[in-house]
Amino acid sequence: MRPSVAWGNVLAPYPQLVRAGFRCYATYRQAALAGLVTNVVFGLLRAAVLTAVLAERPVVAGYDVAAAITYVWLGQGLLNVVLLWGDTELSRRVRTGDVVVDLGRPWDLQAAMLATDLGRAGFAVLARLLPPVAFGALSFPFRWPEQPATWALFGASTLLAVVVSFGIRFLLNASAFWLLDVRGVIGMWGVVGGVVSGLVVPLAWFPQWAQAVLAWTPFPALFQTPITVFIERGDPFPLLGSQLFWAGTLLAVGRAVLHRGSRRLVVQGG
Amino acid sequence: MAEVRRGIYPRIVASRIRGQLAYPVSFALDVLAQFIGQCVELVVIVVVFTQVTSLGGFDQREVVLMYGLAATAFGLADLAVGQINELPEYIRSGELDVLLLRPLGALPQLLSADVSLKRLGRVAAGLAVLGWSLAGAGITWTPVRVLLAVTAPAVGAVILGAIWVAANTVSFWLVDGREVASSVTYGSNFATSYPITIYGPWLRRILCFAVPGAFVAYFPALALLGRADPLGLPSALQWSSPLVALVAVAGAALVWRTGVRHYQGTGS
Repeated sequence: MRPSVAWGNVLAPYPQLVRAGFRCYATYRQAALAGLVTNVVFGLLRAAVLTAVLAERPVVAGYDVAAAITYVWLGQGLLNVVLLWGDTELSRRVRTGDVVVDLGRPWDLQAAMLATDLGRAGFAVLARLLPPVAFGALSFPFRWPEQPATWALFGASTLLAVVVSFGIRFLLNASAFWLLDVRGVIGMWGVVGGVVSGLVVPLAWFPQWAQAVLAWTPFPALFQTPITVFIERGDPFPLLGSQLFWAGTLLAVGRAVLHRGSRRLVVQGG
Repeated sequence: MAEVRRGIYPRIVASRIRGQLAYPVSFALDVLAQFIGQCVELVVIVVVFTQVTSLGGFDQREVVLMYGLAATAFGLADLAVGQINELPEYIRSGELDVLLLRPLGALPQLLSADVSLKRLGRVAAGLAVLGWSLAGAGITWTPVRVLLAVTAPAVGAVILGAIWVAANTVSFWLVDGREVASSVTYGSNFATSYPITIYGPWLRRILCFAVPGAFVAYFPALALLGRADPLGLPSALQWSSPLVALVAVAGAALVWRTGVRHYQGTGS
């Protein structure tokens, strides 16, 4: 007979993991500051390109200068909140075999990693999202939301973007159960991820066929959707619904993959 | 002794190259990722030109020519001196002390520590784009322009390499200069891929005179296209990239020497 489960105890670790994830990144303040320099340099360059485009025509696919500038600086800020690059923790632990310890712990590995990632993202909102956006808003024409509700919707959309991003990164890393060396896979995502998610150029500027294809993928949920919500283009609720769908789907697939992958695990020595 | 020294770098480099070819599939994937990675910015240019017909006063072929020159130069520079980005790690871990103790120059040792052949993927992407745009940009070919087209990527690579060495030298003063260095490295790749007419006056001045990125692709491209500078800068600048490269190398050497003299180790 299974012992009765006290749900309070089962769920207790996760809020703590969120806090731990936050504190872990808050420790490296100098690194966060240095990273900001890169964000701002690239923000200036990207803003220059988009401004040059809008010098040809005042509105391109619904973006005027203020919307394009807001797009650039939100993108630079969200980059390290949503996190596209540099998450190789799980694959490293699969390769070294440390994942065995993680699987043996009295927690749900996927939920624990998601909790830690949300904590990381929470710190990134303060350290990596607000400063570039403040810089952009002070230095350039900026499009603030007109409806107060947009702030809440943007918050929800960003949260969902982090979960979708986590889902994608989890799957890429979990491929290590089969491939062992996932550098090629993660490297490939690193180079195409920015384009297909609408980080480097607004997806609305893409040809119709490319937009139609991307609409069937989770990628726009990462950057384009939160930014679209912030600059109030169209009805936000279908966008949030799509993010919610992809967040749920990716987490479910990730869970199945982890289950299959951990069966392949052979612990040497023992 | 001199005899030994002459032979040592080719042997070091050859051993690094053999090491990378030991895992051919992984190597091929890496090369492909670099190739695609270099093409990402090209996608941006193509997408932008589906919306407008000119950017900063240049049409698509002309911007792609600048991109091709910049990408090839970046690939070559990354292949030759990309290893300089590891300098912050060498300083932090104290490994630099080992290099300084050996009877060889610290910079050549650092640069030859890992010649990453996968970066050939970037060079290949750059050359493909460059070849395509040179063929179609309607250039009136003269012997001087042929010489310029052949040498411009290498000269651009020298300029970029000098900028990176100088920028990475900040690591001698900052404990973790990695981010600053990478923003210069990848920022220079981005900045040189577009006509400088798109940047504001300050960014433009910096690119022309302080960090000479405009001489990597913009000015050579103007010379190849036979266009006057829309900003009204003298046409002599269009042909002066090799000279700028020499000055940049001298400047970078000076900055590097100052940095090494200043170096005190991290004390751990």
